Amino acid sequence: MGNVLVYAEHAHGKLPKATAVAVTAAKEAAAKMGGGDVILGLFGSDVSGLTDAAGKLGVSKVATLESPALEHHAADVAAAALKAIAEATDCDRVVFASTSKGKDIAPRLAGAMGASIATDVTGINDDGSIERPMYAGNAFATVEMHGDKKVLTVRTTAFEAQADEGSAAVEAVGADISAPANAIQFVSVEETKSDRPVLTEAERVVAGGRGLKSGENFTTVLEPLVDALGAAMGASRAAVDAGYVPNDLQVGQTGKVVAPTLYIAVGISGAIQHLAGMKDSKVIASINKDPEAPIFQISDFGLVADLFEAVPEMTEKVKGL
Amino acid sequence: MKILVPVKRVPDAETTIKVNPEGNGIVEAGVKWVVNPFCEIAIEEALRIKESGVEAEIVLVTIGTSDSQEQLRTGLAMGADRAILVTADNSDPWVVARVLAKIIEKESPDVVIMGKQAIDDDSNVVGQLLAELIGWPQATFISEFKLEDGNAAATCVREIDGGLETIKVPLPAIITADLRLNEPRYASLPGIMKARKKPLEEIDAGSLGADLTPMLTVKSLTPPAERKGGRMVESVDELISVLQTEAKVL
Ligand SMILES: Cc1cc2nc3c(=O)[nH]c(=O)nc-3n(C[C@H](O)[C@H](O)[C@H](O)COP(=O)(O)OP(=O)(O)OC[C@H]3O[C@@H](n4cnc5c(N)ncnc54)[C@H](O)[C@@H]3O)c2cc1C
Ligand SMILES: Nc1ncnc2c1ncn2[C@@H]1O[C@H](COP(=O)(O)O)[C@@H](O)[C@H]1O
Repeated sequence: MGNVLVYAEHAHGKLPKATAVAVTAAKEAAAKMGGGDVILGLFGSDVSGLTDAAGKLGVSKVATLESPALEHHAADVAAAALKAIAEATDCDRVVFASTSKGKDIAPRLAGAMGASIATDVTGINDDGSIERPMYAGNAFATVEMHGDKKVLTVRTTAFEAQADEGSAAVEAVGADISAPANAIQFVSVEETKSDRPVLTEAERVVAGGRGLKSGENFTTVLEPLVDALGAAMGASRAAVDAGYVPNDLQVGQTGKVVAPTLYIAVGISGAIQHLAGMKDSKVIASINKDPEAPIFQISDFGLVADLFEAVPEMTEKVKGL
Repeated sequence: MKILVPVKRVPDAETTIKVNPEGNGIVEAGVKWVVNPFCEIAIEEALRIKESGVEAEIVLVTIGTSDSQEQLRTGLAMGADRAILVTADNSDPWVVARVLAKIIEKESPDVVIMGKQAIDDDSNVVGQLLAELIGWPQATFISEFKLEDGNAAATCVREIDGGLETIKVPLPAIITADLRLNEPRYASLPGIMKARKKPLEEIDAGSLGADLTPMLTVKSLTPPAERKGGRMVESVDELISVLQTEAKVL
């Protein structure tokens, strides 16, 4: 068997925590799915500013590939780049974090390599089979992946982040990646700007639902509590659909999966699709005016109250701590 | 233009899913089967393209057993023109993608609009895998779609981790729909009547020459770990106090 490759996601000249999580999962894949070294696959139009940080991720080698066509990690060329890196470094397994980029590229790479693929992996068993959720987390499947080549995307809440250690050698892969004739064109990116912690990395998350009733109330009622707690803000699908907050705050089956130390759900009923994204939080507290709200059944602490009274009161008292 | 929409039959999102005692599937009694919500959104988008004045034929395709006829009829009742049922196991993303590649070869659509994710396996794989197998570009997780350049390309807004990204994708392409692309219509009564007479072709997967060997085997299903909850507090003060002293998270 060969080695294990990790997709180095990066943005704004940084490697996110998700990449460090993928390294940990890759080490498990090396230990339980056939051995080998863990190699980081780092590519883009210019990755020179990232190699130092990449080398500290506890991998045995950083393999780089640069091409102007790789600037945005468009899935088709990104898959071609990873395939080339995998071949050059003798990797037969490739691990991604289940981020939007990881989900965009990983299946395409599986297609290019002829590899089996499992997404949202939450565990790797000693016999090499994997665990993954299905049916919005109502079932966990033990899955056997066939063939010598395997591609995995892993849940970032299910593996620890690799701590900085060592400094791995950096080796450029000599492959020529150019944009295909039918390449997509990037037009623009509208990034949600926020000084708060990243939702998927935060120790505390305060999430709001339809109960907030407007975007303005998110700003005036919920955000002061979010900031008093130094938390990240999350939301239910209903709140996003109603336009109260941007799409990237959605927590759930089809949004982000989070597992902070403290998750406070405010005006969220607790639909299974929402629970799928936050049920693994260490402590869950919820505020809802409906005593029958299903969110209470999975909450460590529930408070039946009108959020428009309870949240400002809690904000003031938290500030006084 | 021809729009191909792959759809999947799945349990309704409102149904509570339980693992069966044998641990090899779900309890099917009482489950209502529907068109996967993301596929419904894909159908709706195809209908809106046609209604915007583009001359279009909308073809639905599903891989599954004859039970899936019901979901194809639902899509036809919404307004799609015809449907194809390929009888094969519908659970392996590789098998589904290989079969869809054959159907695309046969039908030569100008665009494929599909769901980003099936809510049973929650894989989020088939669209991207298919795009690679046939060498088409992809626009995944989209919340806006607009034809451009005399229908030779489409501008798509994608929901990504940090916000929204706009790309222009040349056609033919694989497009996968996210939740906020549109709100699907219900089938009307006349729509349901008309759907009965619309063509629904059945093809045996074996006749397509696709490799039907699965790449994954689900060995067992287990229910999720139970989370103990349900303790109520009486006031904000008590909530803060328990978070501080018991949970030690404040
Ligand atoms: C395919 C699919 C995918 C989905 N994916 C997701 C997902 O990823 N994430 C997600 O969150 N949802 C998802 N959903 C939607 C999910 O099923 C629910 O519809 C949604 O989570 C409901 O959001 P909510 O709890 O904010 O709204 P509601 O269910 O309307 O609940 C609002 C709550 O606020 C309470 N409330 C109202 N006023 C007050 C007040 N003044 N004080 C205190 N409480 C108040 C009410 O009692 C109620 O419990 C998905 C659905 C489908 C079909
Ligand atoms: N059996 C199937 N038949 C037709 N289309 C499917 C099937 N399975 C998945 N798809 C399509 O692929 C999308 C993503 O599914 P998945 O990758 O399984 O989450 C779905 O929304 C459908 O559009």
